[in-house]
Amino acid sequence: MAEPLQTAAALRAALDAGRESAVGLVDAARARADAVDPALRALLHPRWDAAREEAAASDRRRAAGEVASKLDGIPIVVKDNIVQCDEPATCASRILEGYRSPFSATAIERLRAAGAPIVARSNMDEFAMGSSTENSAFGPTRNPWNPECVPGGSSGGSAAAVAADIVPLALGSDTGGSIRQPAAFCGVVGMKPTYGRVSRWGLVAFASSLDQIGPIARTAEDAAWLLDAISGHDPRDSTSLPEPPLETTNALGTDVAGLTIGVPQEVSSLGGLAAGVRDRVAEAVAVFEAAGARTCPVSLPHTRYGIAAYYLVCTAEASSNLARFDGVRYGHRTEGPEGGITAMYEYTRARGFGDEVKRRILLGTYALSAGYYEAYYRKAQQVRTLLRGDFERAFAQCDVIAMPSVPEAAFRIGEKSEDPLSMYLADVFTVSANLVGAPGISVPCGFDGRLPVGLQLVGPALADARVLRAAHAYQQMTDHHEQRPPL
Amino acid sequence: MTRSLEAILDHAADLETLDTSGVAPTVHVLPLPTPLRPDEALDTVAPEAAVANAPQAEGTAFLVPKVLDSEAEG
Repeated sequence: MAEPLQTAAALRAALDAGRESAVGLVDAARARADAVDPALRALLHPRWDAAREEAAASDRRRAAGEVASKLDGIPIVVKDNIVQCDEPATCASRILEGYRSPFSATAIERLRAAGAPIVARSNMDEFAMGSSTENSAFGPTRNPWNPECVPGGSSGGSAAAVAADIVPLALGSDTGGSIRQPAAFCGVVGMKPTYGRVSRWGLVAFASSLDQIGPIARTAEDAAWLLDAISGHDPRDSTSLPEPPLETTNALGTDVAGLTIGVPQEVSSLGGLAAGVRDRVAEAVAVFEAAGARTCPVSLPHTRYGIAAYYLVCTAEASSNLARFDGVRYGHRTEGPEGGITAMYEYTRARGFGDEVKRRILLGTYALSAGYYEAYYRKAQQVRTLLRGDFERAFAQCDVIAMPSVPEAAFRIGEKSEDPLSMYLADVFTVSANLVGAPGISVPCGFDGRLPVGLQLVGPALADARVLRAAHAYQQMTDHHEQRPPL
Repeated sequence: MTRSLEAILDHAADLETLDTSGVAPTVHVLPLPTPLRPDEALDTVAPEAAVANAPQAEGTAFLVPKVLDSEAEG
């Protein structure tokens, strides 16, 4: 008999009924990690003893009738680019080796206030630059469904840890698909909230106009719990929405009658869409229709320019954001043989950064340079305006847009390492939501062969609850998310 | 590295085929007010904690290699 699905909701019921303790859950997470993580390598810097103490405090609160939140006692992992006070935060980069943060991200502070023990940090592509978690100074994470395949990225460690049942919840960050794409590859739920919904304070900046922290979980319901806990205005992030924390959990239902789902007509013509992905997404739309939802064709004509615009904007912003890693205030330093500060900068950055980070800094510096700014960065920002128009027109006709999260299932480790452009092009369905600031979620919708496929649902800005409600309703009608990897 | 940069810039050149005359660039995806808070000092990271991660520090100062060479100093 298969094990019961260990969602946060199931674990909370077990805690409430006294069948489980928070300490027991941390111990179970540790036992599971000991069994599967030497092969997967999803986790970095585990903090089992500290998490056990946090869990013991949670158990004491529960015994005293002072449960802090729905997440009290539920173990979680956090991507290695979200800082926690006195803990390492390497962003999977050599340049931050040995760094310990002197402060905590707002999302971390809110998790701690909610009582969730943080058991480890999770592996990622260096500085969140990549779609495979191969660009990690600690080595790649493997896909729980097939260890020869990548888990996706850049939040690959978070998605793999949830898929492998180490923890029910994880935080990731999504700049161009870095939550939704690994969630699709690993057969779990991953959501990028509306830009500004979750504070970026304490998220190591990659591309500030696109970055957003979000939840990874087995179910949309669990993702809603986590998003509710970390969302809400933060005066320390000037791009934080002036809105109270979300209360999406109470809005989840099973009714999709009256919901109109937009199906973009350009999807099939965009390169590299695998037949298995196309078919699973069409079947998912049919599930909604059978339950009473209406579908309508919509057009997003500028999505074909999305990748070019995205990679110009994100590299330009990265080249500026990563200037701070200079060997002066934190992290790695290498002095040049000839001495002097310029040589120190050069040697520090040459030794500290990996190839993909260097590639993006070079591209971004070029895109911002005199004579190229108009043709590249400004042009890309104009494409964002055109894309926003596409989405506005589409959302005048529909409530949510359904499309694949990724054009294909997980690829093999090493398959795309020599061809960064082919890796970039596979982000074609995810980058638009970042460029326009909209919320998007990836939900398991079946398999291509033995590898999971993700259905992406995108809503208009601020409609995070609507996106979660549609995803939750879909999961009530399907059991793809209950399939387990053969570990 | 050079080859991959060329391939990426070739792809980015696709944007040239798109007419964007008269299109305002997106500066912020959502219209947000400029936030102001009361002008009060808040707790920040203590200087000792701020230099704790420095490769080289003295007291609460970051140490860097020599910035000016001896001729420039004269």
